[in-house]
Amino acid sequence: MRSLAKWGVAACAVVAAGVFAGAAQAADTIKIGTFLSVTGPASFLGEPEKKTLEMYVERLNKDGGVKGRKVELVHYDDGGAPDKAATFAKRLIQNDNVDIIIGGTTTGTSMAAIKVVEPAGVPFISLAGGIDIVDPVKKWVFKTPHTDRMAAEKVFLDMKKRGLTKIAMISEDAGFGKSGHDQSLKVAGIYGIQIVADEVYSPKDPDVTAQLTKIKNAAGVQAVFNFGFGQGPAIVTKNYKQLGMSLPFYQSHGVASKDFIKLAGEASEGIRLPAAGLVVADQLAATDPQKPVVTAFKKEYEAAFKSDVSTFAGHAYDGLQIALAAILRAGSTDKEKVRSEIEKTSGYVGTGGLVSMSPEDHMGLSLSAFRMVEVRKGDWVLVD
Amino acid sequence: MFAELLQYLFAGLTSGAIYALAGLGFAIIYNSSHVINFAQGEFIMIGGMSTAMMVAAGVPLPVASLLAVLVTMLVGVALEKFAIEPARNADVTTIIIITIGASIFLRGLAQIVWDKEFHSLPAFSGETPLNVGGATLMPQSIWVVGVAVVVIVALWWFFNRTLFGKAMLATSFNRLAAQLMGIGVKKVLMVSFALSALLGAVGGIVVTPITFTNYEAGIMLGLKGFSAAVLGGLGNGMGAIVGGLAVGIAEALASGYLSSAYKDAVAFVIILFVLFFLPNGLFGKKGTDRV
Repeated sequence: MRSLAKWGVAACAVVAAGVFAGAAQAADTIKIGTFLSVTGPASFLGEPEKKTLEMYVERLNKDGGVKGRKVELVHYDDGGAPDKAATFAKRLIQNDNVDIIIGGTTTGTSMAAIKVVEPAGVPFISLAGGIDIVDPVKKWVFKTPHTDRMAAEKVFLDMKKRGLTKIAMISEDAGFGKSGHDQSLKVAGIYGIQIVADEVYSPKDPDVTAQLTKIKNAAGVQAVFNFGFGQGPAIVTKNYKQLGMSLPFYQSHGVASKDFIKLAGEASEGIRLPAAGLVVADQLAATDPQKPVVTAFKKEYEAAFKSDVSTFAGHAYDGLQIALAAILRAGSTDKEKVRSEIEKTSGYVGTGGLVSMSPEDHMGLSLSAFRMVEVRKGDWVLVD
Repeated sequence: MFAELLQYLFAGLTSGAIYALAGLGFAIIYNSSHVINFAQGEFIMIGGMSTAMMVAAGVPLPVASLLAVLVTMLVGVALEKFAIEPARNADVTTIIIITIGASIFLRGLAQIVWDKEFHSLPAFSGETPLNVGGATLMPQSIWVVGVAVVVIVALWWFFNRTLFGKAMLATSFNRLAAQLMGIGVKKVLMVSFALSALLGAVGGIVVTPITFTNYEAGIMLGLKGFSAAVLGGLGNGMGAIVGGLAVGIAEALASGYLSSAYKDAVAFVIILFVLFFLPNGLFGKKGTDRV
């Protein structure tokens, strides 16, 4: 019995020593918190994001960290559920005492976390597309990807150049597609585009020829624009060809991955869509400021993970770089200082484009960040 | 005008045949055990995914399909052996909940064993659409309908003309009496899982060129297949086919003539309406209560 008590005391001492050592260490390391949708419906976005963060944090530590301070990544998987995202954001702030949060794979999870992050006052860089994240501007919230509104603007700009003014939209009736559809309606007028047919489909519908037949028979349609991601747009594209439709066909940046071409096959020929420079890294002009950044990232990612680079991985890379640069400039991890340094990010060349933030703009990308690409012979070709 | 209607019908036929194939699997297990197997959609997914993965690795399509069917049947038998059989004395509701758990487990397993991407298979008879009366139909849709018809004929033959099929039917009517007559009821349950896994796999393989597949593909197919089976009358193969086609065509006509925003609602209203007047579905036998 006595020996048991002795062991107990010893164990306590060991634990206490561990706790104090941990606390001492925590002061030295920079703690980056992240919650991503590594499982669940958005897992194909969340997984490359997580892998990217892990790879670059590990590399950074190997190279000596930030001014000698190691970087520690604390990760939680929210499975795409907003309520879980909010819980994990709270845990990152209260239990893990992170200095900054990079994460939020989807607009839903990001918006849920904002409710926790804003009152707590922790800098937060979201990796999701929805414009609601930074519009209206929130003091502590930033984001790296393009918005769906910009994608719609880029498409409409291209249509205008080609003299196409009456178009039909076919959109997913949930999430990404719905938000994109609503933003498209908002900006169409600015570019003199009239939407004469407006059809929707569910994300998992096996066939959309009925909707497309309606568009085909609508009077005066000059082009078709599909907003969605996942397998939906590939099915729309196949059905489009099945019906022998030949009007100019546009997709959103939601399908800017080789998987889309693989799924839709020959039917994807001639489709135009807005995409980040990363997608056409090899084709960018040598004078393009993005060229070295995107080619290097593409090479490193593909060498490390033996799979095609995704723009989502790029968003995570940009988020990490912006955060680290801000911490470096701030010279500390003081949250207010880091926040205001992120806001002063100017001329950062990332995988998503040229980022110049301001107190009014917490994303900092302009329309030029999107490139218009066309599918030719099963590959992306830069057209604009 | 006519071409338009025909196109809507073809669209409905394509989705409807897919729902029907999914619905058939529910019918078999329900027939032999009165259990609704919510992992049926996952059988479809495993069939489609394993074929797509093997074809991508260079295995010829017929061989890959055969292996995929075997793999899925193995999963079906394992599910019965390790999850359903230990709980065979439990309530039907308990077993249904077990199948829901199994479906989540199988989805998770698929994510780990394979990946989270979408996969496709080449269409069996090319991608040139058939032109009928100004409307177009993909040859793959005919494959789906054809396979559904072959399956229903084979099932009818199995349940009405073979001893084991009749034994399965007998077990579904009265388990105890069947056991007393010397029927191995344990074996019956296992075979019914193997059979519905086979059906799911075959369905998964023929629909993959149209709908693509990923680890989650079973959720939608399972749900729509379940609706089809309920509409047609649970446990009735013919009912599942008619129910599937009815749901598919209702959706297509609704998006063609009303609005695509309401197509899902229209399909569900029809199902509710039918079940209101025919609680056992279109072809369901009237349940007789034991006194």
